[in-house]
Amino acid sequence: MSISLFYFIAFLSIFFSLLVIFSKNPVHSVLYLIITFFTFTIHYILLNAQFLAIVNFIVYMGAIMVLFLFVLMLLNLNKESEPAKSNLLKIAGVVAGMCLLVTLVGSMKVLDTSNPVVLQNQNLGLVKNLGKVLFSEFLLPFEVSSILLLSAMVGAVLLAKKEPKLYK
Amino acid sequence: METVNQVIKGVPLNHYILLSAIIFSIGVVGVLIRRNAIVIFMSVELMLNAVNLLLTAFSVYHNDASGQVFVFFIMALAAAEVAVGLAIIVMIYRNTNSTDVNVLNKLKW
Repeated sequence: MSISLFYFIAFLSIFFSLLVIFSKNPVHSVLYLIITFFTFTIHYILLNAQFLAIVNFIVYMGAIMVLFLFVLMLLNLNKESEPAKSNLLKIAGVVAGMCLLVTLVGSMKVLDTSNPVVLQNQNLGLVKNLGKVLFSEFLLPFEVSSILLLSAMVGAVLLAKKEPKLYK
Repeated sequence: METVNQVIKGVPLNHYILLSAIIFSIGVVGVLIRRNAIVIFMSVELMLNAVNLLLTAFSVYHNDASGQVFVFFIMALAAAEVAVGLAIIVMIYRNTNSTDVNVLNKLKW
């Protein structure tokens, strides 16, 4: 194992995320997005954030992507092709994104922090350590996030329910 | 465990910031150039993930577990956001028979 593993995985992340936004078929986009999330999981493992790696694997690649695939299946978008935006708008979008990237990289150059990332504490990203922090310092946000999830569930059910004919 | 630590030992923090900036920009470009609402949604997920990776890298760099807890909260929020957002997309599709965002221009100036 060498340092080039990080650069290889980083290249894969960028490559597949480019494929996500440039592939014509939405189903292919979802599949490429799953691969992108898998490369992110590998990044987390390389950073020794094992809890986040597992959560990313289960929640993102498992739950969220299955949700995306189900919705794509329900909507049946394959038969109709997406009407393409005009080329001018596409070029303008890409140029705007590149401008954002240049700005971010330029501000990073001013930052001048090129120290290597060194893991000082072996147990930093383990479940035991994170659980202690989560249930002592961040207990209130943790409980509030349960309310967030509940309200999101109620909202999703309300929105996706078929409307009565009254409103039509 | 030791080999994993050796891998990241030489990676500068700059390169993590660069990677996250690139992927965030790809997400922004995706939002700008696509018209399918679901693909736009996936681009938003890309942006969220780029920020997550950066938070984790800074957390390891500063030896502070708060960053990773924050990433956990962002993941919970993303799950809620995806559930509500996809429900909205399904409703849009039911009403307009497409997921093209340009159909929804009633509120445009």
